[in-house]
Amino acid sequence: MSKVHIELTVNGKAHESLVEPRTLLIHYLREDLGLTGAHIGCETGHCGACTVDIDGMSVKSCTMFAAQADGAEILTIEGVAAPDGTLHALQESFREMHGLQCGYCTPGMIVRAHRLLQENPRPTEAEIRAGISGNLCRCTGYQNIVKAIQHAAATLAGEPFQEAAE
Amino acid sequence: MNDMTPTREEREAKLQGMGCKRKRVEDVRFTQGRGQYVDDLKLPGMLFGDFVRSTYAHARIKKIDASAALALPGVKAVLTAADLKPLNLHYMPTLAGDVQAVLADEKVLFQGQEVAFVIAEDRYIAADAIELVEVEYEELAPLVDPFQAMAEDAPLLREDIKDKTEGAHGPRKHHNHIFEWTIGDRTGTDAAFDKADVTIKEMLSYHRTHPSPLETCQCVASMDKIRGELTLWGTFQAPHVIRTVASMLAGIPEHKVHVIAPDIGGGFGNKVGAYPGYICAVVASIVLGVPVKWVEDRMENLSATSFARDYHMTTELAATKDGTITGMRVHVLADHGAFDACADPSKWPAGFMNICTGSYDIPVAHLAVDGVYTNKAPGGVAYRCSFRVTEAVYAIERAIEILAQKLGMDSAELRMKNFIEAEQFPYNSALGWEYDSGDYHTAMRKALDAVGYDALRAEQREKRAAFERGETREIMGIGLSFFTEIVGAGPTRNCDILGIGMFDSAEIRIHPTGGVIARMGTKSQGQGHETTYAQIIATELGIPADDIMIEEGNTDTAPYGLGTYGSRSTPVAGAATAVAARKIKAKAQMIAAHMLEVHHDDVEWDIDGFRVKGLPESRKSMKEIVWAAYNQPPPNMEPGLEAVSYYDPPNMTYPFGAYVCVMDIDVDTGVYKVRRFYALDDCGTRINPMIIEGQVHGGLTEAFAVAMGQEIRYDEQGNVMGASFMDFFLPTAVETPVWETDHTVTPSPHHPIGAKGVGESPHVGGVPCFSNAVNDAFAFLGSTHIQMPHDHWRIWKAARALGA
Ligand code: FES
Ligand code: FES
Repeated sequence: MSKVHIELTVNGKAHESLVEPRTLLIHYLREDLGLTGAHIGCETGHCGACTVDIDGMSVKSCTMFAAQADGAEILTIEGVAAPDGTLHALQESFREMHGLQCGYCTPGMIVRAHRLLQENPRPTEAEIRAGISGNLCRCTGYQNIVKAIQHAAATLAGEPFQEAAE
Repeated sequence: MNDMTPTREEREAKLQGMGCKRKRVEDVRFTQGRGQYVDDLKLPGMLFGDFVRSTYAHARIKKIDASAALALPGVKAVLTAADLKPLNLHYMPTLAGDVQAVLADEKVLFQGQEVAFVIAEDRYIAADAIELVEVEYEELAPLVDPFQAMAEDAPLLREDIKDKTEGAHGPRKHHNHIFEWTIGDRTGTDAAFDKADVTIKEMLSYHRTHPSPLETCQCVASMDKIRGELTLWGTFQAPHVIRTVASMLAGIPEHKVHVIAPDIGGGFGNKVGAYPGYICAVVASIVLGVPVKWVEDRMENLSATSFARDYHMTTELAATKDGTITGMRVHVLADHGAFDACADPSKWPAGFMNICTGSYDIPVAHLAVDGVYTNKAPGGVAYRCSFRVTEAVYAIERAIEILAQKLGMDSAELRMKNFIEAEQFPYNSALGWEYDSGDYHTAMRKALDAVGYDALRAEQREKRAAFERGETREIMGIGLSFFTEIVGAGPTRNCDILGIGMFDSAEIRIHPTGGVIARMGTKSQGQGHETTYAQIIATELGIPADDIMIEEGNTDTAPYGLGTYGSRSTPVAGAATAVAARKIKAKAQMIAAHMLEVHHDDVEWDIDGFRVKGLPESRKSMKEIVWAAYNQPPPNMEPGLEAVSYYDPPNMTYPFGAYVCVMDIDVDTGVYKVRRFYALDDCGTRINPMIIEGQVHGGLTEAFAVAMGQEIRYDEQGNVMGASFMDFFLPTAVETPVWETDHTVTPSPHHPIGAKGVGESPHVGGVPCFSNAVNDAFAFLGSTHIQMPHDHWRIWKAARALGA
């Protein structure tokens, strides 16, 4: 199969690759770039385990081809912490609030929440629930994920954490 | 003492031992995307396997032509039953004493059954190649309805065992019959029903569903032909058992089979058994001499890899007119699909279904379970429950509501009247269990008070009156459930898997400077074992939890254990951890006494070391003792500090809880709203309250899903309807209710630390609670039972049928 040439930036690093036109972005990230943080839960766009951030939008990376990411700026879970290794407030908060169990949805969940807090820095509980409704979690029942996102929002705003009302 | 000496509280807090909300160790890697799951593994030269699956529910295979697939560049091999037969691997034994086709042999018995295994250079080529394998079928009449399975003219499904009149669990009554399992006093029960003032009888169906963890089942097999060693990485809840099975099937000595379960993305019972994918990957790696990966996709997972439930329970209760339950009779028709691949302990073909007398002092009972074959996927796994306990609790908790309705009694009051009294423990149930401990009245009262039960009932009465006056189209349901679980399988005298007793294990090794590594026979799939086992050791040995590393899943280094399912990690492996720690502590005591130059009876434990009785200043910390164990042990004592425990539990543990759900339902649309859900759990001693609460949230969410819509449905032709996340109900954050959690603490008297296990309680107790809420809402319209799942459409249909 003839390959397509793509250039893109992933977690601040430039990549140039030859990919098959049908290669899904999630497979390119996981297998060609070795970024295995984003996971595969369905390959049908329902679970959000494969969520990455592309040009300022949350995208389920099983729903697009790597070839379509030519020129894109991508952030995956591996790029969420600061370059010096300092964890992002969301990463700290997910641990603090017990927002994860098996960890399989977590990379997608955090990357989605990362974008959500840029779209809406102080979301209500209902806004958070709607905002992460494209990401399924089989373990936590979401309650602590919601709290973790609220906690991170407070931290980022430099305010004390308060559980938001509906 | 100077001011710098830490207080007792500070010393205790520093340990982060049992009872504290220790943050999880695992999260550090998971939040950074650095977990190591099976599909993350990439080995040089690794190939990728994928299945050709049956499009029919029941058909004869006339011909398989793989030539076009083999001609595709990048395809390395195609395996069929014909290739496996000479190796005697076309069938594999199931945990339930049946056999299951690894690749379909002459016939397919369910849609999605594995027919051929294609091995190619990558997953894309493999996906192309499976389309090129041509399978010619001759369609046969499908058997979908379990109630028709034993009809005289029912099609013969299992030709491979058609002459076997005796199955693994006794006589077979019909060619589609698997077993009949009975327990209890039939005559006594019949007599109780004859004498009863009031009886109820209802067929309670618990529909077929699926555990569907977010990560599907997968493995990588790598055969090193030169060393004669097989390494198998996989999503295994029970890695040691998988090693034994792999060794037996592949004919490779067990010590040369290395099974490794890395991080697992949820299991919920789905990852207990052995699946054709594992066997095929192993065979392919042996044949081709390179590593082979198999990763099922979601549709394969939902349609072929282990369903749960499919129990149809005709449940009867007998009672006096004042509401004392005098007997229980249950008959279950169990749909096992095409092969009996239930993951139950060997001697329990219907799991622990005989916990169905629940939390009540029922003097006499009888249970019969008939297992049958149908043209559906095999399985029958314990989806977030101990073997069939969810089904049992559903039966009793629905039945008690139906009885209350017939008696015109409040169901909370009926429960209170029939509860086993706190003084009756240990309690021997009519169906053969010895409940270890409980205080049901206290738990129930606490729950009712917490939700303001009487006020809720008053509100419901008003709403019903308003509904009847035509002022509202909304009705209100109050769902109660009070469950008793049976977990921690189990005593080796009556629980085994493939003949191996269901003990579990811990090996603790303390290094000279105080760092600890503990290896376990279990395997976490999200339960946080790396965090909680360390807390047990921290408290037992006075070593900070942060200095303790827990390792699981590597069968070469870990002691043999039976794995994690049926909430058995805390009751069994948690006990092993405490016992192993106590062995170390006993040796540490000898060392401390030697160091302090006193008799070992003259020293006593003090949080994180030993001190001389009556001389608290004379003490040795564990850190000092550990160091001494390696350089100045007492004369005649071996150096070092380690211990292993294989713990055979004397009994199961019996966690319990009281749940309340308040639900509002719009009868015109079937749309419901869970207004409130309160869950009180008693899991005995609480190791980490944060993790317990998380387990409860997760289990309740799964219970909500199952009760309110999650289903694997088949049409009349045996086609799987909706085996994708498009149709299979997994609630998002939007639908998921808010959970209120609460607890009481009744320790298990036989467990070293009194813990009972909690992971599955919320699922077991949650499902009947939701179903009771829906049923309670409609009860005033004359309905006695509406079958699950209660999705909007079915609720709407029920409302219409009742003329609402
Ligand atoms: S894997 Fe992409 S949405 Fe599920
Ligand atoms: S933590 Fe397991 S799926 Fe979310």
